[in-house]
Amino acid sequence: MSILINKDTKVITQGMTGKVGQFHTHHCKQYANGANCFVAGVNPKKAGESFEDIPVYASVRDAKQATGATVSVIYVPPGGAAAAIDEAVEAELDLVICITEGIPVHDMLRTRYRMQGKKTLLIGPNCPGIITPDEIKIGIMPGHIHKKGRIGVVSRSGTLTYEAVGQLTELGMGQSTCVGIGGDPVNGMKHLDVMKLFNDDPDTDAVIMVGEIGGSDEEECARWIRDNMQKPVVGFIAGVTAPPGKRMGHAGAIISGGQGGAEDKLAVMEECGIHITRNPAEMGCVMQKVLKG
Amino acid sequence: MKIHEYQAKEVLRQFGVPTPRGKVCFGVDEAEDAARELGGAVWVIKAQIHAGGRGKGGGVKVAKSLAEVREHAQKILGMHLVTHQTSPEGQEVHRLLVEEGARIAQEFYVGMVVDRAAQRVAVLASSEGGMEIEEVARHSPEKIHSVRIDPANGLAEDEALQLARAIGMPETAGTETVRVLRGLYRAFVEKDATLAEINPLILTADNHVLALDAKINFDDNALFRRPEIVALRDLDEEDPAEVEASKFDLSYIQLDGDIGCLVNGAGLAMATMDIIKLYGGSPANFLDVGGGATTEKVTEAFKLMLKNPHLKAILVNIFGGIMKCDVIAEGVVAAAREVHLNVPLVVRLEGTNVDLGKKILADSGLPIISASNMADAAQKAVAAAAKG
Repeated sequence: MSILINKDTKVITQGMTGKVGQFHTHHCKQYANGANCFVAGVNPKKAGESFEDIPVYASVRDAKQATGATVSVIYVPPGGAAAAIDEAVEAELDLVICITEGIPVHDMLRTRYRMQGKKTLLIGPNCPGIITPDEIKIGIMPGHIHKKGRIGVVSRSGTLTYEAVGQLTELGMGQSTCVGIGGDPVNGMKHLDVMKLFNDDPDTDAVIMVGEIGGSDEEECARWIRDNMQKPVVGFIAGVTAPPGKRMGHAGAIISGGQGGAEDKLAVMEECGIHITRNPAEMGCVMQKVLKG
Repeated sequence: MKIHEYQAKEVLRQFGVPTPRGKVCFGVDEAEDAARELGGAVWVIKAQIHAGGRGKGGGVKVAKSLAEVREHAQKILGMHLVTHQTSPEGQEVHRLLVEEGARIAQEFYVGMVVDRAAQRVAVLASSEGGMEIEEVARHSPEKIHSVRIDPANGLAEDEALQLARAIGMPETAGTETVRVLRGLYRAFVEKDATLAEINPLILTADNHVLALDAKINFDDNALFRRPEIVALRDLDEEDPAEVEASKFDLSYIQLDGDIGCLVNGAGLAMATMDIIKLYGGSPANFLDVGGGATTEKVTEAFKLMLKNPHLKAILVNIFGGIMKCDVIAEGVVAAAREVHLNVPLVVRLEGTNVDLGKKILADSGLPIISASNMADAAQKAVAAAAKG
């Protein structure tokens, strides 16, 4: 078991025929059961063509009808990415994973509004994607650093997620599923949504939660953990040294009006029983200690 | 992206928000001419810099004669205006806004932000005009009224009117306030803003509503479709190093420490700064080379860091995902050769083709200190900087 995706998931790639889409589709197809999972691409101008034997359809709806796919991944450039999410939502897919970085925030506000009451879940945008090791990789993360196992990982950042995963793998702790929820202020699933899934997943024993400055999603998740979580959680927040008012790369990573600071987040997380570390090099070994009890 | 007050007012006027009449000036004679043209007996001379808190720093003055206009313009132009939002050295003033004076009966605050938790635009309004809204939020949060806007309908007339009443705007000025709020909302959405404030919004002695000050920040991600906003950019107001970095698609922020950091990914870059601090050092910058770091980008990143006179060591921390470590290593070696590196360089590589990457570094003959993991890298960089 795993959360959100597994070896039987069928995936549509929106923006597959572009340079970025081709590159990552190739790697995703190579990983584990990828050859059976990546069943369709979408490009209205290239319907009927194919990329590495993956057929291209004119729309998400067509691709879903032809292949039975339930999940899509988006590499469409920023100007058209929100519309691509809308299309996947209209086609009633179960899950959309939007990798695209740099989508205007007002586009995301409109898209999130349109998603209300719809069944589709959104991961991202501006995220590395999701991986269930040895089964399926949907996104841009390096597959080989992962190892199948029982630790869940949820994170707002890309390479910092790889850092956490790399530490776990090195210490012999595999991962059930790793979810990059993305660094944008207006996005789909939050730490809390993913944490609930891990809590219910019989094959996840513990979770590493990686956060960043900005917003209050980590605090909200921490309070839920205090009241509901059955499994240990290890937490790290990046940005203790970040000055207020400066956007640290991610559009969501900014301390504004005295809110969203790393120390405040860490304090709340600690109060809520999360095993926090202030050292990003020790996420793995803290988890190891926690599991040994 | 930030713009000046006079530019923000121009944007707001396009959306029907009334402001005092005024003119931007770059010299003292120009300021006097502007005041003469505006007419009246009272003028306000306002320094135009992107930071807030200008009044307290001496950047806003009232003039009651043309001679006073000259006098204030003389003083303010070229001054290094220090506010709580500038560096301690202050920001040099190059532009003035000369405005007709307004007779203020009452001051209010109205603003808009993206509420990330609600995933809506939030409209904020308060009777406490002229103060920073953060300050009001701390001391009297009950005086801040807000609504989250349904994007399909926009800010409705009755919502705007209720806000006007809630902050104590007299009924006679209700219609004008509604027009201001709805104009501000339209500007916010149609120009891709992330923050817009009118503070203060005033009620004049003759019962009209005017935006006396205005601030708008725009979404960098939307600038590709807002050329009219990009045209308002004032590079004098931005950190030259950050401007230079943006040309190469590098995300760079100068800090006050002495260990330069070159990292791929924003989260890992912040974590690298944090771990340097944790081991007793101090980061000189935030620098995210992004996912597609080429040799050219890495070289430019080195040049940027080396411009910092306080720099005592450089830490390169790369978790190569799709980006291969050998490519990064070649970039680091080429960059180190080209820029004549004069501080110790600690490199930590992890991920795809890491062994090949380490070999390239070792074979380069450059005095590169290799690190096996993030903690090792941070400790070595801190030690190297301490020796320097």
